[in-house]
Amino acid sequence: MFSNLDLQQLIFGRLSLEAFPYHEPILVATFIAVALGGIAIVGALTYYRLWGYLWKEWFTTVDHKKIGIMYIILAIVMLLRGFADAIMMRAQQAIAFGEVNGYLPPHHYDQVFTAHGVIMIFFMAMPFVTGLMNYVVPLQIGARDVAFPFLNNFSFWMTASGATLVMVSLFVGEFARTGWLAYPPLSGSSYSPGVGVDYYIWALQIAGVGTLLSGVNLIATIVKMRAPGMTLMKMPVFTWTALCTNVLIVAAFPVLTAVLALLSLDRYVGTNFFTNDFGGSPMMYVNLIWIWGHPEVYILILPAFGIFSEVVSTYCGKRLFGYASMVYATVVITILSYLVWLHHFFTMGSGASVNSFFGITTMIISIPTGAKIFNWLFTMYRGRIRFELPMMWTLAFMLTFVIGGMTGVLLAVPPADFVLHNSLFLIAHFHNVIIGGVVFGLMAGVTYWFPKAFGFKLDPFWGKMSFWFWVVGFYFAFMPLYVLGLMGVTRRLNRFDDPSLQIWFVIAAFGAVLIAIGILSFLIQLFVSFKRREQLRDTTGDPWGGRTLEWATSSPPPEYNFAFTPRVHDLDAWWDMKKRGYVRPVGGYKAIHMPKNTGAGIVLAGLSTVLGFALIWYIWWLAALSFAAILVVSIAHTFNYARDFYIPAERVAEIENERTRLLTAGA
Amino acid sequence: MSADAHAASHEPHGAGHGHELDHSHASHGTMRGYLLGFFLSVILTAIPFWLVMGDVFRDPRTAAITVLVFAAMQIVVHMIFFLHMNTKSEGGWTMLAAIFTIVIVVITLAGSFWVMFHLNANMMPAHVPMEGMGGPAGMHDMTPGVSPPHGGH
Amino acid sequence: MSANPAAAAAQADPTTFYLQDEHHPENGTLLGFWIYLMSDCLIFAVLFACYGVLGRSYAAGPTGADLFDLSLVAVNTAMLLFSSITYGFAMLAMAKDRKAQTLVWLGVTGLFGLAFLGIELYEFAHLIHEGATPQRSAFLSSFFALVGTHGLHVTFGVIWLVTLMVQVAQRGLVIENRRRLMCLSMFWHFLDVIWIGVFTFVYLMGVLR
Repeated sequence: MFSNLDLQQLIFGRLSLEAFPYHEPILVATFIAVALGGIAIVGALTYYRLWGYLWKEWFTTVDHKKIGIMYIILAIVMLLRGFADAIMMRAQQAIAFGEVNGYLPPHHYDQVFTAHGVIMIFFMAMPFVTGLMNYVVPLQIGARDVAFPFLNNFSFWMTASGATLVMVSLFVGEFARTGWLAYPPLSGSSYSPGVGVDYYIWALQIAGVGTLLSGVNLIATIVKMRAPGMTLMKMPVFTWTALCTNVLIVAAFPVLTAVLALLSLDRYVGTNFFTNDFGGSPMMYVNLIWIWGHPEVYILILPAFGIFSEVVSTYCGKRLFGYASMVYATVVITILSYLVWLHHFFTMGSGASVNSFFGITTMIISIPTGAKIFNWLFTMYRGRIRFELPMMWTLAFMLTFVIGGMTGVLLAVPPADFVLHNSLFLIAHFHNVIIGGVVFGLMAGVTYWFPKAFGFKLDPFWGKMSFWFWVVGFYFAFMPLYVLGLMGVTRRLNRFDDPSLQIWFVIAAFGAVLIAIGILSFLIQLFVSFKRREQLRDTTGDPWGGRTLEWATSSPPPEYNFAFTPRVHDLDAWWDMKKRGYVRPVGGYKAIHMPKNTGAGIVLAGLSTVLGFALIWYIWWLAALSFAAILVVSIAHTFNYARDFYIPAERVAEIENERTRLLTAGA
Repeated sequence: MSADAHAASHEPHGAGHGHELDHSHASHGTMRGYLLGFFLSVILTAIPFWLVMGDVFRDPRTAAITVLVFAAMQIVVHMIFFLHMNTKSEGGWTMLAAIFTIVIVVITLAGSFWVMFHLNANMMPAHVPMEGMGGPAGMHDMTPGVSPPHGGH
Repeated sequence: MSANPAAAAAQADPTTFYLQDEHHPENGTLLGFWIYLMSDCLIFAVLFACYGVLGRSYAAGPTGADLFDLSLVAVNTAMLLFSSITYGFAMLAMAKDRKAQTLVWLGVTGLFGLAFLGIELYEFAHLIHEGATPQRSAFLSSFFALVGTHGLHVTFGVIWLVTLMVQVAQRGLVIENRRRLMCLSMFWHFLDVIWIGVFTFVYLMGVLR
């Protein structure tokens, strides 16, 4: 008996039947739904014999456009998961008052809010932003691909691997109950002995590798691969914001990696960095993780600013007002974002001098941000505004984000923060800037660049449905939280005593339902657009009257992006080309040098998933084995020297002639 | 795959790349440069070790500052002679990246020390450091089971 | 988008807007690797910050002055310095296209690296044997984390070095291998720079009281 138990531990670590939550009806129902859906998808793929196609054309691809699309698909899937968590919380808080306990017990509720935060930031917003940058940046700078195409594929799969671990935690074991930043000592081994925090740590560490490498990749791409003539001050604004975002990624994510590594040492080895005893300091964790955490919010919002800039100048038919000031504002925000982290823990007790310094730097950040708002307004002033969907999202953003920004300035005042800290006011504030800024920006970006990626526009009716439900839903869902926060209601509670608060939570839950309809409308929009793709078809490659280089090529672009590398003379290069009578070349094609697909990325990421799982469950033999396998596969990969090929000139001519035919047919 | 096949596959652009490598960031350096760098770093290592091991300074604070200055000098020597840093490599981007990183590192270190020192001073008055050592010396001899922080204003 | 003919006529040279020949952007590997090193630098910054904040939290346990053997550290520093200069010689040999010489200097570098690791492991074993384990106090936790992470980097450097030696032996000093050797060169010298911080901030200043 005893040796039996020993053997079981040796083979399965702490993984046992207990780990499967078959006694939790909500999880069992979810599992059945997921399993049925999964079987249906796998069955369909097998039936239509799509596995080979997926493997060859998508999973192993090094094409930045396909990788960008895969990032966005991952983000949308994770959005659904994260939003499911959100609506569960809203429902729980709307009903759990006084004697009523609601349907989520605390241990489950705590996992839900942790998972919601982690998923929305790391596996929804980050992949979405990275996906858009991946897709658009090389096109905007007139490049054939990113600087390191294989690394790009690997980065995507590492992100997907982290997301997989989070999803696995739903059905095997549990997720962290610590809140999305897992503060110790709560996340230490004495207060969180289970696997939840370990899932959190390894999911973020594995995804973090991907994020960091894609940051390095895009910086090198922007620095090295711009088309001739595109000096820094002729770069499109989105590319500028992408550059600054990736600089932030490279300079911030290592901090997260290191902090989480130290936390895992505390948990696995018993060291004393963040413990209460033996000289450890939990506050050091808080300090360090926010050194990453604050730049992180700018990592998300800067690309959104870039998208709005592109959208505003395109749909107003004007050059962006104050391009140079926009660039400087972005750079200033990049640097300032490292000087404000303490405003996340004014109440920790560093004292008046420290708090006032960080309060002031925080308020200073609103200056460059405000400058950007004025630039967009002045671009619209006397512009010929077309109220297409991306422009509508931009307007909604400008209104909403200003509100969020102003409550942010309120929170930046340390005495006010002492009252509002950890209250629902804070929750309302950051959803106000993240939904009103990042999510609206991403929706604008998707609508704007969708025709580029797929060759047909998105259906406007369902887009407007999605827009109105999202925007109205947002105000219903979060304005009540400002009120509640001012009344002193704190975050992360799963039951309240005071019944007079209930009405506000019911309103917030109603808002969440509206947002749900908004998300549903977005999915319907994708479906309807696909059905109506022939009516929505864009043959020109430039459906909006665009200004930057991505609109110079066909929609969807060929795998080599541009048959001839463009030469840039002006900011808004494509606008300049159109204005000065650019004639598309129809002959003289040359063979094009391209990188080859490789399966190494997905294999390495798969092994990392296994390694993460083994470490979470203390299955040491499997951890050692998968780590060794990772080493062997990556070394073996470096022995592959044949990484590129040429697209023959005839093939290029074939593709380009087809485009010529389409263009003449359209004209 | 044989070396020949590989050589052939890289023929068309190999020359171009080779050309780039010569200009690029890590120029190979010269024998003189490496030897000079090595010589300097040996000296810059030996002196601080001697300062500390031989107890040259009475005042530990002076010793600490001197040692740190030597370290900074040696880091510069390594950057120039071994990492071949200069303002021109890769169009100045390596230098820019290095400067940016140094700024962030300084912010991280100085900020953390400042924040944590003040935190410890405010929240654990009993443990305010008695000796004025260089650097943040907040949590002196914090013994196991010390009382939890209490608001100290 | 075909432009109107009048405007087209106004533009004499059609190649104003595109290159006729294939464009070869500069290779970004060295810059990319440098950027990676900068990010690695921040990992060390966090570990240094931890050591700076926690490095005097002895929890009534041993202090740096009790534990550190500076002469051992001096020997270790010498190993790393020698390995730096021998890597430099390998790069000089590579520049002169001397494959055998490159391999010899790489081998010597690897041996110095292994010596460094050996001495470090001996030091760690000694400390743990004396009861100064990473679990003993926050000071020791942050000490082991910082020095250990550096050691881990050296370990990966040695593995990479051996891999590259095999590749150079197989294929010679082809363009890819040269690029890789230059990346490893940056990595190796970067670790040396970090070590300057470690021996100064941890060992020398740890012994001062």
